[in-house]
This record gives sequence, C-alpha cells and structure tokens, in this order.
Amino acid sequence: MTLGYNTIVVLAGCALLGLAAGTVGSFALLRGRALVADAVGHAALPGVVLAALLVATLGHDPRALPPLLAGAAVAGLLGVLAVQALARTRRIREDAAIAIVLSSFYALGVALLSYVQTLPEAAQAGLNKFILGQAAAMRAEDAFWAGAVALLALLLCLLLFQRLRAACFDPDFARVAGLDTQRTDLALLALIVTVTVAGLQAVGLVLIVALLVLPAATARLLTFRLPRLLLFSALIGAFAGAAGAAASAVEPDLPTGAAVVLAGAACFTLALLFSPDRGMVPEAVRRAGRRLDAAQEHFLRAAWEAQEAAGAGPGTAGDRWTPIAALAAARGWGEGRAWWIARWLAVRDLVALSERQVHLTPRGAAAARRAVRAHRAVEHHLLALGAADTAGADRLADMVEHGLTPEAASRLLPEPSALPASPHALGGKP
Amino acid sequence: MTAADILRLDLPALTAAVLACATCGLLGSFLVLRRESLLGDALSHAVLPGIIGGFALTGARAGLPMLAGALVAALAATALITLVRRAARIESGAATGAVFTTFFALGLVLMEVTGARSVDLDLDCVLFGQLETIVWLEATGWSSLLDPAALATLPRQLHLLAGVALVVVLTVALLWRPLHLLCFDPDYAAAIGLPARRLELVLNLLIAAAAVAAFEAVGSILVVAMLVCPAAVLRLLTDDYRRQVLGGALLGGALGAVGYALAGPVPAMLGSGVALNAAGVIGTLGGVLVAAAALLRPRGPRVAAG
Repeated sequence: MTLGYNTIVVLAGCALLGLAAGTVGSFALLRGRALVADAVGHAALPGVVLAALLVATLGHDPRALPPLLAGAAVAGLLGVLAVQALARTRRIREDAAIAIVLSSFYALGVALLSYVQTLPEAAQAGLNKFILGQAAAMRAEDAFWAGAVALLALLLCLLLFQRLRAACFDPDFARVAGLDTQRTDLALLALIVTVTVAGLQAVGLVLIVALLVLPAATARLLTFRLPRLLLFSALIGAFAGAAGAAASAVEPDLPTGAAVVLAGAACFTLALLFSPDRGMVPEAVRRAGRRLDAAQEHFLRAAWEAQEAAGAGPGTAGDRWTPIAALAAARGWGEGRAWWIARWLAVRDLVALSERQVHLTPRGAAAARRAVRAHRAVEHHLLALGAADTAGADRLADMVEHGLTPEAASRLLPEPSALPASPHALGGKP
Repeated sequence: MTAADILRLDLPALTAAVLACATCGLLGSFLVLRRESLLGDALSHAVLPGIIGGFALTGARAGLPMLAGALVAALAATALITLVRRAARIESGAATGAVFTTFFALGLVLMEVTGARSVDLDLDCVLFGQLETIVWLEATGWSSLLDPAALATLPRQLHLLAGVALVVVLTVALLWRPLHLLCFDPDYAAAIGLPARRLELVLNLLIAAAAVAAFEAVGSILVVAMLVCPAAVLRLLTDDYRRQVLGGALLGGALGAVGYALAGPVPAMLGSGVALNAAGVIGTLGGVLVAAAALLRPRGPRVAAG
C-alpha cells in the first residue's frame, strides 16, 4: 500500500480514537459499565439514519459527517437513559435492559434504513458503513472529526481523573468526601457516548464495545496500578485502532470493526496466556515448579528415612544404596515418577544414581536432613497441640512443610538443634 | 393479490417470522428469569463463525452443517467466557463482551476469507435478516397446501425453523418442573440434586439452535430482540411461571405476525409504496411493547405466585 496523505491522516485518527477508547474503557470496566457501550453503539443507528434523512430532506449533502455524529450522540444518550429507566423498574435488571435497548433501537435503525434506501437523495449516503466500519472510505476531514471527538474524550477523562478514580475504587469514600458519584457516573456515560460516536465510521457501531473492553481487560492482566493501567490500555487501544485502519487500507472490503476487534483480541489473548503476574502459562509454570520442589523434598526425605529405618542412622546416611522402587513404595508413587525425580536430583547432584538405586550425596544428605526436620517439626507441633493423630499429622505435614525455614522448624521443635525420631513407623505409606 | 401470490411470498415469510419469534420468545423467559439476558446477546453473535464454518466446509447453505457449526461455536464461546472470567478475574459482563465481539469479528473475517459472502451468505443477511427472500415459488394456489409434491419444495429455512421449534417445545415441556426450579430457586434445585449445570447447558444449546434457525430470517442482532423483548414484557406484567413462559412464546409469535404485516402487506393494502425491513419492524415493536409495559404495568403489592 502506498502511504498517501489521506491514509496517514486516517491511521492517526484511528490511533487517537483507540487511545481515547482505551482510557475511557478502563474506567468503564472498573466501574462495571463496560457493556453500556454496547447499548450506546447499537442505539446510535436510528440517530444516524434520521440525521441523514433530515439533512437530505433539507437539501444538503447527507454524507457530511457532523450531523450524522450529532444524531448518533443524541440517539446514544437516549439509549443510555432508556437503559437506566428500565433498570429502575427493578423487575428488569440492567443486563436485560441493555439487551432490550440495543436490540430494539437497532431494529428501529434497520427499519428506517430500509426506508431511507428507497429514497434517491439519501440512498448514496452509504450509511451501511457505520454498522461495521470502513476506515478505508474515510476522507481526511472525517478522520479530523473523529480525532477531534476522541481528543475531547481524552481531555475530559484527564480533567475528571480524580473523580473517576474515586468513583471506581471507593464509591463510599467518594460520597463521604462530598463527591457526587451519580454525576460522575453520568459523566462516564457521556464519555462512553463520545467515544462511541467518534468510532462510528472507523469501527462501526456493532463492534465499538470491543475497543472499550478489550484494551482495558488486557491492561488489567498486566498491572494493578491505575496510572499504568490507563497507559497500557490507551496504548493497546491505539495499536488496535491503527491496525484496523491499516488492514482496511490493504483490504477495503474487510469490515474495519472486525480487524480492530481481532487486533485487540490478539493482545488480550497474549496477556491472558503470558502476563507475568496473572497469565495462565507463568501461573502453570509456577504451580509445576512448586509441585516439583515438593516432590524433590519428599524423595529426599524418603531416602533419608529409608536409611534410618535400616538402622544406618542419621549422619551416616549415604552408606547404603536404596532401590528406587522401595522409595516409590514408601511415598505411594508410581515407579516411573520416582525414577524421573531421581534423575532430576542426580542432575542437581543431590543423589548418586546407579542401576535403579540411589544414595544421598553429602549435599543431598544436608537437604534431606532439612526436609526431615521440617516434616517432623510440623508433626511434632500438630501432635503437641492435639490437633491430629499420628497418621493425620504425617499427611498434614506433607502439605505444609515445604515453606518452612530451618529457623521456624527450630521454634516448633522441643530441642532446637537435634533431629527428633519419627513419631510413626518408617517405610510404607499407611 | 391472488392466492398464489400470498402463498408464494407472504405465507412462507410470515410463517418464518412467527416460528422464529415464538421459539425465541419461549426461550427468552429462561434468560430473563435467570438474569442471563446478555448470554442471549452473546450466543446470537457467537454462532456466526460456526455458521460460516459449517457453510464453508460443505459449500452449501444447508441447514444441518450450519446448525452443527453454530452449536460448536456456542459451546466454545460459553466455555471461553467462563475461562476468561476466572483467569482474568473481570466481571462476567466484560468477559462476555470480550468473547462475543471476538467471535463475531472472527465470523465476519471468515466470511470474507472463505468467499462465503460472495456466494449467498452476505453481510446484509447477518445485519438485517432476509425475511423477504423466503419464498415458495412452486405454489400455484390454495390446493398446493395439500399437494405433497409442492409441499416438498417449501423453503429449507422453514424446515430448519420448524425442526428447531419442535425440539425446543418438546424439551421445555419435558423439563418444565426442573427449569422452573432452576429459574426461581437455583440453591434449592442444587440441594435436591438437580443437575443444574447440565440443565444450563441444554438451555444454552437450545438458545444457540434458535439463534441459528432465526438467523437467516432476522439476522444475528435482531435475534436478541426476539429473545429478550417478549420475555421482558411478561416479566413486567406477571409473577406466574406458566404465564411468563407460555405468554412469552405467544407474545413472540404475535409480534412476528403483526410486525411482518406492518412492514409490507398492510402499507401495500393501504396503497402505499413503502416497504420496510420486516425484522426491523418486529424488533421495534418489541421495544415499544416493553416501554408500554414499563409505563402501564400494575404497581403496588402483589402476591408472588411463582
């Protein structure tokens, strides 16, 4: 594609739109109002169609953007008010009210559209492109309008930052501090309407909700702090908006709204999978790591206790070789699993491995002694409290011993430096 | 207008409108009562990639592959909504919005990529519905209604709609009591060992099936109006389970018939050349009825009969 002046202006306009949508969307998401944008977007359709009809009847060019955007804003606001009025009946909850308003306003728009398209003077307004968006059809002046409206929303957001933050995080405090949360909520709804209107031509009214929800949801996966949340969300929104405009420039038949949504969804999926704190993959890796640590400690302890049970005694551990099968039986594990853990411990130089038998290396013996002490400290503590019987203490200790530091173990044991005897018979699992 | 014209043009479209609206009206009550209205919104959008996928695989606009694809898409969407809500820890409304818009966008792009759009599943059908294109060209007169050869050529959308309507009615009749409990007292339902999750799954699948069957008649977005508006009107007017559910179906059917008539035939009879999109008129009427019910509903204390 050649980057003409028009394309660059449209790209910039769409990026600015995404920036504003990401910012407003963050507050909408935090305040639990994300889907109101869906109602606003769909409700805008009859407004656009009526505005085009009115302009055409007055003999002006129905393609001029400002009257259409004004019509969309009025209809969107009416939609929001209708949602609130329906929710006030208390028999219809807000979610049902949103579904009713978005579908019936949209239906009105569809009916009006089918009428307008029979009129020669309004038919060429190309109103269909407002439904799914067509950035490629935007003229530079359209992009200026959209960008200006988006900029307005962004500035309002920054002006109202303190109020919005208070309403999102601590509405009770905001009320006590004398901030009117109802007015703040109204301002937020107005901001949602503004962004929706700005995005009409580029993203379309059906999918504009995604440009508010997806960047904000992505940012929430990446950070807990509000300023960073706003920054990430705005940047992701700008990326999605620009990606949509670029896709539309390459492939003009592609609905731009769909491209914008898929770009946002790709960001969201990446964050959902790989976000360091909350992503599913890092979380799974952490969980697997914890389980591996626990399994290693259990293995080392079993090796130590096998020595102990054979009378080799603490401190002389390492004298004898123990079959992995015996350790697996003591832990109640399958032999294959015990074998893999033994291999891993051998790599870490904690055990020596030969012909399906292991013995503890000096480092392994030290680690095993720590694990045995932690286990017995917890057992001893539970038994002294009378909180469990011997078997129960053994089971519970298996679960909680892994985070226990040697110092904490010392505090739980009657003789801090010694290694106490096991309260139960060593060998097979009960 | 001759009998043949009515049979060819009006009867199939009218039947499709009534069947689609009545089926959705019947199921909508369960959405509204269980406070899951947005799921109707989500499912009606989320089935799009499944419909296009089924279409692309078989290369034909046949009912069953599209239905199968749509059910798979609906299951995937509900599973993903749950996953996103848990993993991202965001409220269910936002999770729903994130998932269904993505599915819908995917469907739009698939439509472009597979060339489905250029064949005959076009964007207008998704956005506005194509009630007016459901015609029965072989009808020659009233006698066609009794002629098996002519009846076999009824439009295939009607077959799908009638089949789905039948399944929905039978399932709801069969599960009448358990669904009642699920709507009004889910905790008690769980306590007496009702398989609540499986019931919810059945309901979601029925809604997805209704969304597909109605899709060609009224489009993706207006299905939402059919699902929610009749149920919401009844919710404003009654506390009685039977009245709510059956009334929703009846009101839906009536809306379909009246909306269709107001869109084309009535203006034509009055000599006006205006013909409106029927699905749009039906949805608008639904919204007007909800507004009227909200304004005119009886107030004051009432005994809950549910």
